[in-house]
Amino acid sequence: MIEVTLIYGFINSVMLALIALGFGLTFGISGVSNFAYGAFYVLAGYLVWILINMLGLPFVIAAILAVIVTSLLGLALYRFVLLRLRGLVISEVIATFAVGLAILEMFRYLGFIGHEYTVPVFTDGSILIGEQYVDHQRLWIVGIGIVLAIGLYLFTHHTKIGLAFRGIAQDERTALSLGINSDRIAGLSVAFGSGLAAIAAILILPLGQIAVNQGYDVLINALAVCIIGGLGSTVGIVVAAFVIGYAQIITDSFYGPAWKIVVSLVAILLVLAFKPSGLFGKQKELEERI
Amino acid sequence: MIQKRKERIDRGIKVRSDDIFALTSYREMLYVAVPPILPVIALLVLPWVLPTYWQKVLISTAVFALLAMSWDFLVGVGMVSLGQALFFGVGAYCAGALNHYARLPVWLTIPLATVLGAALCTLILLPVLRLRGIYFAMVTLVIPLMLERAIEASGAFGGTEGLAGLSPIPNIWIEMYLVCAVALIVLFGFRRLVTTDYGLVLKAIRDNDRAVMSGGINIYWLKAQALFIAGSVCAFCGAFMTHVYMFVGMPSFAMDYSILPLAAAVVGGMGTFAGSFIGAFILVPLSEALRGFSGLRIVAYALSLVVFIVVLPEGIFHYIQRKYQQFERWVGIER
Repeated sequence: MIEVTLIYGFINSVMLALIALGFGLTFGISGVSNFAYGAFYVLAGYLVWILINMLGLPFVIAAILAVIVTSLLGLALYRFVLLRLRGLVISEVIATFAVGLAILEMFRYLGFIGHEYTVPVFTDGSILIGEQYVDHQRLWIVGIGIVLAIGLYLFTHHTKIGLAFRGIAQDERTALSLGINSDRIAGLSVAFGSGLAAIAAILILPLGQIAVNQGYDVLINALAVCIIGGLGSTVGIVVAAFVIGYAQIITDSFYGPAWKIVVSLVAILLVLAFKPSGLFGKQKELEERI
Repeated sequence: MIQKRKERIDRGIKVRSDDIFALTSYREMLYVAVPPILPVIALLVLPWVLPTYWQKVLISTAVFALLAMSWDFLVGVGMVSLGQALFFGVGAYCAGALNHYARLPVWLTIPLATVLGAALCTLILLPVLRLRGIYFAMVTLVIPLMLERAIEASGAFGGTEGLAGLSPIPNIWIEMYLVCAVALIVLFGFRRLVTTDYGLVLKAIRDNDRAVMSGGINIYWLKAQALFIAGSVCAFCGAFMTHVYMFVGMPSFAMDYSILPLAAAVVGGMGTFAGSFIGAFILVPLSEALRGFSGLRIVAYALSLVVFIVVLPEGIFHYIQRKYQQFERWVGIER
């Protein structure tokens, strides 16, 4: 029992971190809201399905295409909606959330509901860990999740463009005076975040079927992880993912799966009420509360 | 090089009727009086001329107008709420529980649920009054979602089934005129309230909360009062709709009650209440007309929201108001 909780808690935590990485990159690290994130996640899943089943492309090409297309959509979202609203935080949130709502409900309207909408697994089969069988897909998730988290940390701390991502969130004017084109960087940030959403979708969706409602759950979970970890901190994302991941698995096994999403929601509430900058957040401590 | 610019100048009649001269001629008096009288006449006449189905639409339109005005009021105090469904749902469950468990009659449950629901919501939000801007918005977005899931998971108040078979409001005329009267009272009441000294202080909290604090005013107490006022309007809507549907359940916390008022206020124009009112009276009947395309309704809302935020952020009401009060002309400007 404890073994199961430990193993699946770990996998669930890595999954949460994977989901939250893209959102954290856009909203946390660059300070640009992209509340269409959950919609992009689901969109990428359906894209892969369409490319494989309607156009007959092989899985690898379909996956790469889906990531590229989702990134370009993120760029378009920035160029045509967000660019005109930069600085009006509430308008950014409302507009991007509305775009996400439109995408998700459009899929619902077009009838993309059912068991046949799945993404294939990378490799089939399972291995034995201790006394517990774990399938290959979950191992892929853990492996790629860890690589991506480390990659994101290195990217935002040791590359010019990654440092620019953090710079525009900390002080946009200073960033401008240092020759960082904040509009271009913010657009790239939305594009990268959307691409990460697509990668997360391609990795995680094979575990079940693609459903429109997952868009909302993904957004809530990503928001929960980013807020609890603290905006602008990669380490915070990982730590928060583990806190929520294990909390979810434990409530799941003791109270039932219905309470799983309540855990994320309560966690967001508590952290926002008592320490809005999160566990590891350092930015904007003065702006969030009075 | 001469460049064309648009110049806006107040109309003569607007300038004259701003002052005591408004009382000197019928033209000026009508100029001042007609715009506020229009919604009153509309809401008095509409229940008589509409067919039965559209009477129901009128009721839900008025309810959404109320929710939108209450959202607008909260924004005016600097509290952007993404969860009007919280107030609505708590009001609805209060009325439902009072009617179902305590067997109270309708004319008692609605006022009780209005006060009780608003007080409960204020208490729930009391710990997060310190939060500003987007952080407050996220808390309000999360709470109704959480309450909905908690009711689903715990099975309280009938769980997923909800409480059915509640007592109805005696007849549809009382329903329509009650909600229309409340909508008008709230519209003119809020418009008056924000111009009083009290309203000015509330507005100052939005503009610069620290300055208000340094003026020796307890902003948390005022914010709690504002929450109670806005919450009671929404809680009334919830209690009212509970008795119209004779049912209360998880749909009371649905995203619709958060998104639609917001869309109405943004489309109509924020900060004037009349804008939210107009916005609701455009969006809700429009969505009713689109009912044939069921799922596309939310898509249409969402897209209209995006288009208005990006293209016409001032909203319809400000646009109309400008045309009513000012004329425009092109002038050449030397560069």
